[in-house]
Amino acid sequence: MIPLSHYLVVGALLFAISVVGIFINRKNLVIILMAIELLLLAANMNFVAFSHYLGDLSGQVFVFFILTVAAAEAAVGLAILIVLFRTRRSINVQDLDSLQG
Amino acid sequence: MRAQSRERAKRMLGTAKTVTFLQLIFYVFATVLVGASLMVITVRNPVRAALFLVLAFFSAACLWLTLEAEFLAITLVLVYVGAVMVLFLFVIMMLDVNIAQMRAGFARYLPLGLIVALVMAGELTLVMLSGEFGLQQAPRPAGQPADYSNTRALGEVIYTDYVFVFELAALILLVAIISAISLTLRRRPQTRTQSPQKQIRVRKQDRLRVVRMPTSEKSKP
Repeated sequence: MIPLSHYLVVGALLFAISVVGIFINRKNLVIILMAIELLLLAANMNFVAFSHYLGDLSGQVFVFFILTVAAAEAAVGLAILIVLFRTRRSINVQDLDSLQG
Repeated sequence: MRAQSRERAKRMLGTAKTVTFLQLIFYVFATVLVGASLMVITVRNPVRAALFLVLAFFSAACLWLTLEAEFLAITLVLVYVGAVMVLFLFVIMMLDVNIAQMRAGFARYLPLGLIVALVMAGELTLVMLSGEFGLQQAPRPAGQPADYSNTRALGEVIYTDYVFVFELAALILLVAIISAISLTLRRRPQTRTQSPQKQIRVRKQDRLRVVRMPTSEKSKP
């Protein structure tokens, strides 16, 4: 049988991969948003695994709400990205420094 | 020494022989998931990254199916692959960015990112493989009976214990809709649009002028 730890290790690997993605894709805001989606997926993986092994449905309810918030976050993030590209003609993170003092 | 290694090999063979179909599915989909997410962050073209993200979400949904979370697996495919990824692809195609220029700082941040990720993955894996989450501590529950409905059970929990949170989630979605529309709505003064209230308020004497012309005698036959 598959122990719980294997699911958790898959989640941990996903989490680490998405953190690397945020680190190395400094020029492309779209990939950073995708890495954030992967990060939330890693968290969801842990929730579902614990929910199954502990026999508690609340974990799955939590995943449901995380999915809702993640979808809303993706929509608003992409809208901000489009506005940004219209005004600055760039999605490079280094160009977004107009708010610094 | 040799007997030990032979013993270990025999044990590995023994475990390898008892790989069940479920384990095979788990390892195949976990490998695909990790590989696809690696491709998402390293691939050059953002469109390909989005497609690899679709693959990653799909294999994650299959992993959730092995955990008997059927409703969430289907929701993941419908909401993410069906809606969010399409949104991502639309945005990528609307943005006209130079791909080669985007890769300029790739190697610069790679060592730092790799160090952070290795430390993080190492720590998490150490904790998770420490034996606290093994089969003895958390045995895998037996499968639910055939007439068990995951959707029904989840709905019973959501609409009773979590009904307030559920309505808050609806509110969050509403806020997301309004903010996304109002952020991207663009008023362009040079485009020609109708103004309905002006059209309704207009009166006959604003538009129409009756001009009395003298008729000439010559034109008469």
